[in-house]
Amino acid sequence: MTDLAQSPGDSEHGGGTRRDFLLLSAGALGAVGAAAAIWPFVDSLNPARDTLALSTTEVDLAPVQVGQRLTIAWRGKPVFIDHRPPEEIKAAQDVDVSTLRDPQKDSDRVKKPEWLVVVGVCTHLGCIPLGNKPGDDRGPYQGWFCPCHGSVYDTSARIRQGPAPLNLAVPPYEFTSDTAIKIG
Amino acid sequence: MAAPPPSAHSSAQPGAPARDYGRLIRWIDYRLPFVASLEHHVIDYPTPVNLNYWWNFGSLAGITLVIMIVTGIVLAMHYTPESSLAFDSVERIMRDVNYGWLIRYIHMNGGSMFFLIVYIHLFRGLYYGSYKYPRELLWILGVVILLLMIATAFMGYVLPWGQMSYWAATVITNLFSAIPIFGQDIVTLLWGGFTVGNPTLNRFFSLHYLLPFVIVAVVGLHLLALHQHGSNNPLGIDKRGPQDTIPFHPYYTIKDMFGLCVFLLAFAILVFYLPNMLSSADNYIPANPMVTPNHIVPEWYLLPYYAILRSITFDFLGIPSKLLGVVLSMGSIMLLFLVPWLDTSPVRSARFRPIWRWFAMLLPFDLIALGYVGSQPPAGFVVTLGQIATAYYYIHFLILLPLIGKLETPRPLPISIGAAVLAERR
Amino acid sequence: MPRATLLALAAALVLGFAGIARAQEEAPSPPRQQWSFNGVFGTYDRAALQRGFQVYKEVCASCHPVKHLYFRDLSEIGYSEDEVKGIAAQVQVTDGPNDGGEMFQRPGRPADPIPGPFPNDQASRAANNGALPPDLSLITKARDGGADYVYAILNGFKDAPTGFKVLDGMYYNEYFTGHQIKMPPPLSPDQVKYADGTPTSVPQMAHDVVTFLSWAAEPTLEERHRIGFKVILFLIVATGVFYAAKRKIWSRVH
Repeated sequence: MTDLAQSPGDSEHGGGTRRDFLLLSAGALGAVGAAAAIWPFVDSLNPARDTLALSTTEVDLAPVQVGQRLTIAWRGKPVFIDHRPPEEIKAAQDVDVSTLRDPQKDSDRVKKPEWLVVVGVCTHLGCIPLGNKPGDDRGPYQGWFCPCHGSVYDTSARIRQGPAPLNLAVPPYEFTSDTAIKIG
Repeated sequence: MAAPPPSAHSSAQPGAPARDYGRLIRWIDYRLPFVASLEHHVIDYPTPVNLNYWWNFGSLAGITLVIMIVTGIVLAMHYTPESSLAFDSVERIMRDVNYGWLIRYIHMNGGSMFFLIVYIHLFRGLYYGSYKYPRELLWILGVVILLLMIATAFMGYVLPWGQMSYWAATVITNLFSAIPIFGQDIVTLLWGGFTVGNPTLNRFFSLHYLLPFVIVAVVGLHLLALHQHGSNNPLGIDKRGPQDTIPFHPYYTIKDMFGLCVFLLAFAILVFYLPNMLSSADNYIPANPMVTPNHIVPEWYLLPYYAILRSITFDFLGIPSKLLGVVLSMGSIMLLFLVPWLDTSPVRSARFRPIWRWFAMLLPFDLIALGYVGSQPPAGFVVTLGQIATAYYYIHFLILLPLIGKLETPRPLPISIGAAVLAERR
Repeated sequence: MPRATLLALAAALVLGFAGIARAQEEAPSPPRQQWSFNGVFGTYDRAALQRGFQVYKEVCASCHPVKHLYFRDLSEIGYSEDEVKGIAAQVQVTDGPNDGGEMFQRPGRPADPIPGPFPNDQASRAANNGALPPDLSLITKARDGGADYVYAILNGFKDAPTGFKVLDGMYYNEYFTGHQIKMPPPLSPDQVKYADGTPTSVPQMAHDVVTFLSWAAEPTLEERHRIGFKVILFLIVATGVFYAAKRKIWSRVH
């Protein structure tokens, strides 16, 4: 279709300008039409409205006591919510960030220091680290410990030992009140 | 660079591209001659100069096949072929999947368009004698494509698992029970159970996904066969020399693109403003094995075969009416395979056959009558009309086609295509 | 080109028959109504949609589910995000199982489907003398005559003509096949109080609820019409351009 330039008689330039313009506009219309027609098919692969509807989750934090950790589902993944007691907060803030594999200050990872909200998926190969249930092994920094390949996270869920390259991700969230957050 | 060895292909494939596209193309083409092939088959291909718009429908059919496959593959990404989930998955496509409603309506109405185009394409072949020597195999491949399309469409219609999906599947699969001795066992095999159910749905989904690619392969053979001797033309006479033909590109490429625009316009009106006109409201009711709809009707493009099936209301020569109905209904398509040999006329195009052309033009109306019969409850005058129309259909092919070819005097044919075209210009 | 017109006529007949493939029922055809969503430029009247939703909720929802509608869909009929959350929260929805293995009730959220009055078909039948009130999500597409038909049914309850025997548990309806329907007349004057003050006659409520149900069956209609208009305009232009291009190229031959 774009090969109209190869047509015989193309070598005649006299009287060809109107024909060329016609063919050019035909070609342009065809190209625009084809591009416009492809978009719905591509967009249909994007998350559908029902998937998007589940893309935000609201969590009521009131029942979570100090020192308690909660796991909720968000976009099909676990999210760890830690109501951090003062010793965990201090341990997190006292760390020298230049020693970290993925340097981040604790204050950059939380909105209120007593609430840590992170995606509970190890940044190595995707296992769910232990530490959110009572009795779980929290690893040497009292944060989280991934049993698959031994990644160790501290009380700000930053990577300290083991193969994971990055800290546990902080999802987009905001406080809708003092005791509730909306994730996503 | 040494000339490539001459091709042993009987369709005289060229060795190298006729035009210079640069070193890269030359390198590829020497190893896999796709550009040379494109030039030979699409660009420079000598095509009769006098083709009319009835010749647009072949390319339209090919494009519609591509549309059906693309929309079908995308739909299959969201559809669930399980009987308790299928209907809801289609509703999810309609409501939640981005542009899902559009892709579904295109697929649904595209099926109807595909059949309309192919029927017109078929009637073009019948009227102009395109099935006659040396294009008999071309014609046969076309009928094979039609059969594959019917099977594909039938199975596709079951997938939304609406009332009509379920009951059309039940009625049509039950037809196989008409086969003596093994009939019921065959039906059970097809169903994978004691009624149409989830096993049936799953296998129909698998086959509905497969068959279109089989159709693509047969279309490939159809085009290969076409290019052995080139297209027929409205005069039905062979091309004799270069004054009878023009290169396919740009003449027929632009004409096909214009035809495509007209088709897309009609198609768009259907998809965007009348998307449910051609289908049954009952299919928006989830399948219920306990309730049969008042009127089980197939999609419009299957109505003639349905009418023939139901018009045999009596046993004949010891053959039960049910079996006879199935035989005559399937036979109406199988008969098409024999058309090249049923036609005895020395002349191809009905333009030069003064008596036959009226019957050739009558046939579509006979099929419309059959379609009407298939859409109505089988009672009263409708049954009689169906029987007359079925009888005419068979008489048309088995008696009139051979007889009239022998008896009529064809009009004198023009000397050549080129001469006829020149004569028209004066 | 008479032959071409002949076959265009034939094609039109074929497609026309497909449209009337459903034969005459024993009930009369429903009269045509004026709907805001009819026609090439049709849209859904938002006010009617909200009134219709109110009628559905207060009258129909006691027997008929709309399982394909989610609370979040209501933002399309003019409710704000907060209003939608409020509507959802008024309804109790089954969720679970919880860590104890039990199902529990909780307030609805926008992402939930609008729950029906019964947990399953059998419960519905048990509560309705064996009859199954159909799901209404697709009702205007699932009946010949569409919105006109549903409207006619809602307005079609009247006393049976003399000599017509109505069976026990059935009601006479002008437009229902066989004239006997298991549903008692659902609408009565002033049954619902509209917030916008529109008078609540039976025809008005029927009009509003059928507008709502038409939207429920085909929520993408407005987008479809909008895109369709642009596509068809584009194709008309393209057809003209390609025809001119075809004529130009073929002028070398003719």
